[in-house]
Formats: sequence, structure tokens, C-alpha cells
Amino acid sequence: MTRLLDNRNALGLLFMLPAGVLLLVFLTYPLGLGTWLGFTDTKIGRGGTWIGLENYEYLWGDSVTRLALFNTVFYTVVASVLKFFLGLWLAILLNERIPFKTFFRAAILLPYIVPTALSAIAFWWIFDAQFSVISWVLTRFGLIHSYIDFLGDPWNARLSVVAANVWRGVPFVAICLLAGLQTISPSLYEAAAIDGATGWQRFRHVTLPLLTPIIAVVMTFSVLFTFTDFQLIYVITRGGPLNATHLMATLSFQRAIPGGALGEGAAIAIAMVPFLLAAILFSYFGLQRRAWQQGGSDQ
Amino acid sequence: MSEEKTADSSGMDYLQTLPRRAAVVYLPLGVFVFVLLFPFYWMAMTTFKPDAELLSREGNPFWVINPTLAHIEKLLFKTSYPEWMWNTVVVSVVATFTSLAAAVLAAYAIERLRFRGAKQTGLAIFLAYLVPPSILFIPLATIVFKLGLFDTRWALILTYPTFLIPFCTWLLMGYFRTIPYELEECALIDGATRWQVLVKIVLPLAVPGLISAGIFAFTLSWNEFIYALTFVSSSEVKTVPVGVVTELVEGDVYHWGSLMAGALLGSLPVAVLYSFFVEYYVSGMTGAVKE
Repeated sequence: MTRLLDNRNALGLLFMLPAGVLLLVFLTYPLGLGTWLGFTDTKIGRGGTWIGLENYEYLWGDSVTRLALFNTVFYTVVASVLKFFLGLWLAILLNERIPFKTFFRAAILLPYIVPTALSAIAFWWIFDAQFSVISWVLTRFGLIHSYIDFLGDPWNARLSVVAANVWRGVPFVAICLLAGLQTISPSLYEAAAIDGATGWQRFRHVTLPLLTPIIAVVMTFSVLFTFTDFQLIYVITRGGPLNATHLMATLSFQRAIPGGALGEGAAIAIAMVPFLLAAILFSYFGLQRRAWQQGGSDQ
Repeated sequence: MSEEKTADSSGMDYLQTLPRRAAVVYLPLGVFVFVLLFPFYWMAMTTFKPDAELLSREGNPFWVINPTLAHIEKLLFKTSYPEWMWNTVVVSVVATFTSLAAAVLAAYAIERLRFRGAKQTGLAIFLAYLVPPSILFIPLATIVFKLGLFDTRWALILTYPTFLIPFCTWLLMGYFRTIPYELEECALIDGATRWQVLVKIVLPLAVPGLISAGIFAFTLSWNEFIYALTFVSSSEVKTVPVGVVTELVEGDVYHWGSLMAGALLGSLPVAVLYSFFVEYYVSGMTGAVKE
């Protein structure tokens, strides 16, 4: 027994056991089961049979699914681009010497830490068709004459949920990039300034190259979680109006849980995997580049 | 963590004049802070506004004239809100501690025992961290149902570790790497077992890392939505985010006051916890990304 515990392989296995069992039962197995469900016609309360690619063929011809795919790509691209630029800007501002810096940094992260479902309710109220505070302010300034129907019109609704997502995601991007900015030595900027570099040149040729590795990782995470976002949409619009804001995740939930078509829902969820794999590969090469830039081996 | 760095990075600020700094730094920063914090202000205002003020377009909506506690009272005494709060606390605390314990063992095994295949296991943990709940919830729902856990707190306590363990393990692996190996070697030579090394040497040194991982895991479980929405259907076992979204919305008449009160009270515990441990939280968040 004691000899067994001295063996690092046996002991390693023992230590890995709790995490391994939990992850195999509740992560790896469901991942496989989900893939299998996607090829069956399982309904709630009734086991399914293998129907091959029928779900995927049906979904490919389904206009709502196509719309959801478009919405998801639109949502992810627009929100990620905005999150990146606003987050980078905010990180640079926070990297300046300002009073109450710690307080600012703490306050700015608040949108990221409170439950998204709950802050989404606040946005729902802010976007209310009759009592929206945004409309109130705009009418007071005489910029609009009737209240904006934020969530009733397809494009307004899409942009509104993108705004809510950006609001929630900017702090994450900003704080992570700030951590990256803080590792850049000020002497590099001084050297560049002495060589006559302008502010933009210092940013373009000093900040950006040194920040690229961390940008790659942060944005991969951001894209990953925006693409698979569920709660913001579920709370604010439930996919409406006319499915204009349905994402793959919300559509998959709607078809599978209230709709009962587990197989079809699983197929929609699995259809997101290729996009996620692309994001992960992107992250992997981002990490490699970082190791290489810091003088680590390329492995 | 950043004290010396901030003093260091003052760099060339003196080259900028004050009016220019005001326009380039303080003004945009002010706008950012305003936009990021406004929804919370709005939540708080709505919570204390009587219905008459909420539903009037006259007057200034940014202030409360007759503050009322009616919405909070309704929430606490006429809905199951206290129960949801209790469920959220139980589920978050149990899931966090379970995951943390499993993650400590796993991270130590991967980083320090270096058993055969440790490197691949580490990579697998990282990949597990990237699997989003929204592609797992359908198969997980069938598993939860088969195990007879549907509509119980156990359904959530057992499924939350799927995203908590990979995160905590990844974070702790990074942390364990910073603890000098020599300390462990000394203990091993003195005759300590691996278990003693872990409990008496590594864990005490890893306390900041444990706090980071714990705080982050706790907020992640507190905020979890899709599993709680799918695996639980009775009011008595709902968590706060799901309870507020599914039960406080009655028909077409939205009770904005109590909805906002529910959102505000549900956000407070994590916000308070966070305010005490900001540094740990930030290092957990950035650490997981930087590794």
C-alpha cells in the first residue's frame, strides 16, 4: 500500500480521480451523448432512433435556423469588434496615471461580475417601449418625437441586445488588456519618444505588437462566449420579435426544452462546435506565438 | 499587486498639459464609468420608486420623490425570493468547495506529481474549460433525468463543477508552478508523504491562489443561468437569477419595481464579496487568460 502511494503514476491517478470522474460523467460523456442525440429523433419522454443526417438536413432548409445562424454571426462579429475597440481604449485610459485608479478599476468590472440574467432585466427595463429612460432623455433634448421601439423592431432589437452584450463584455476585455499593458516597460515608450515617434506610432509599433498575444487569447474567449451566449437574449427578447434576435443557443433551447425535440435541439447546439473549434485553434496559435516571443521554446 | 507598476508607468505623463489630459483621459473615462454603472443606478432608483412614479412620463425619472420599500417587502414576503436566495447560496457554496477540492488535487497531480500523461491531461483540462454550457445542457438534462436528480439541488451541485473544475485547475496549476520545488524536496527528504507535502507545504503557500479561484468559482456559480433554468422546475429549488426571470414576470403586466428589487438584491451578495476581494478576483481573471 505504501509503495503504491510512493509511485507517482498511481498517486497521480488517485489525485486525478475526483476531478476526472466528475468531468468524464458530466462533461465528456454529455458531449458525446449530445453528438449522438443530434443524429436521432429523441423527444422528451421518448427515446429516439438513429435517423442519420435528417436533423441537419431539416435545419439547413429551416428559415428560422438560417436566421438564427445569421443573427449569431452578426451578434458575435459586431459585439466582438465593439468590445475589442472599446475595451482597448478603456484599458489604455486606465493605464494612465489617474487618481483613484484602484477604485475605477474595481467599479468598471461590476457589469462583469453581477449575474447577467439580472443585469439583463435592467436592460429590458431601460429598453422598455413606453418608459425607456433613453427615449425620455432624447425627447427632452428634442432629438426624437416619439419613443423608440427598442425591442419591437427587428433591427432595433438586434442592436439593443448587442449593446447589452458589449456593456457586459467591455470590462472583461479592458481589465485583461490592462494587465497586459502593465507588463510593458515604460522605458520602451521613452526610447521611442526620443527617436521621435508620435503618440500614434508609439501605440502602433510598441503597444500593439507587445499586446498581440494577450489580445489573441482575450478575444478568443470573448468570441467563444459571445457566440454561445444564451441568457442575455433569453431574458431581454426570448428570441423575438419574429425570431430576429434568436441565437443558435436560444433556438436550441427553445426547440429542445419547451418544444420537446431534444434531438433537433442537440443538432443545433452541435452545429456550433465547428465555429468553436476554429476559435480554439486561433487561441492555440496565439499562445504559441506568445511563448516564442518571450524566448520560450516552440515545442 | 500593481502598486510599484503604477508608480513606474507614470512615464511621460508630464509631457501632456492639463486641458489636453482632461479631454483625452478624464472625459472619455467619465463617459465609460457613467455608462457602465448607470444600469445599477437605474436598478436602485426603480427599486425604491412607487408604482405611480414609475409609470408616469412627467417629472424627472432620475430621482425618487417618495421612496418606498413596498417592492422589497413584496419580494421578501409575498414571493419565494428568500428561498431562491438560500438555494443559490447552498448550491454556490457546495459546488465551489467541491470543485476547489477536486481542482487542488488535480492541479497538484498535473503540476508536481507529473504522472505519465500529465501534460496531455493539462491540455484536456484547458479544452474542457472552453466547452460552453450552451452546447452541454441538452444531453446533461437527459443525464440528470436518468439519474433521478431532475428538479433537485443536486442537479446543479453536480453539474456546476463541469465549468468550475477546469477553471480552478487551470488557475491553480499556474499558481503551483510559482511555488519553489525545493521546499517540497526538503519535506520529502525529511520523510513527509506526498499528502503531508500538499497539506502542510503547498496549500498554505497557495492561499492567495485558492482565494482567487474560490471567489471566481463562487461568482460563476451564483451567475449560472442555463443549467438552473433547464434542470429545475419547482419554485422551491430555483436559484435567484432563474426565479426572478421566470416567476416575477407575471403575464403582460411587468412589475418593474419588484423585478428591479430582485435584480438588485440578487446582485448585492456577489458585488459585496467582490468588493472585499477585488485584487484576488482580478488576478484570477487575468491569470486564467494569461497562462
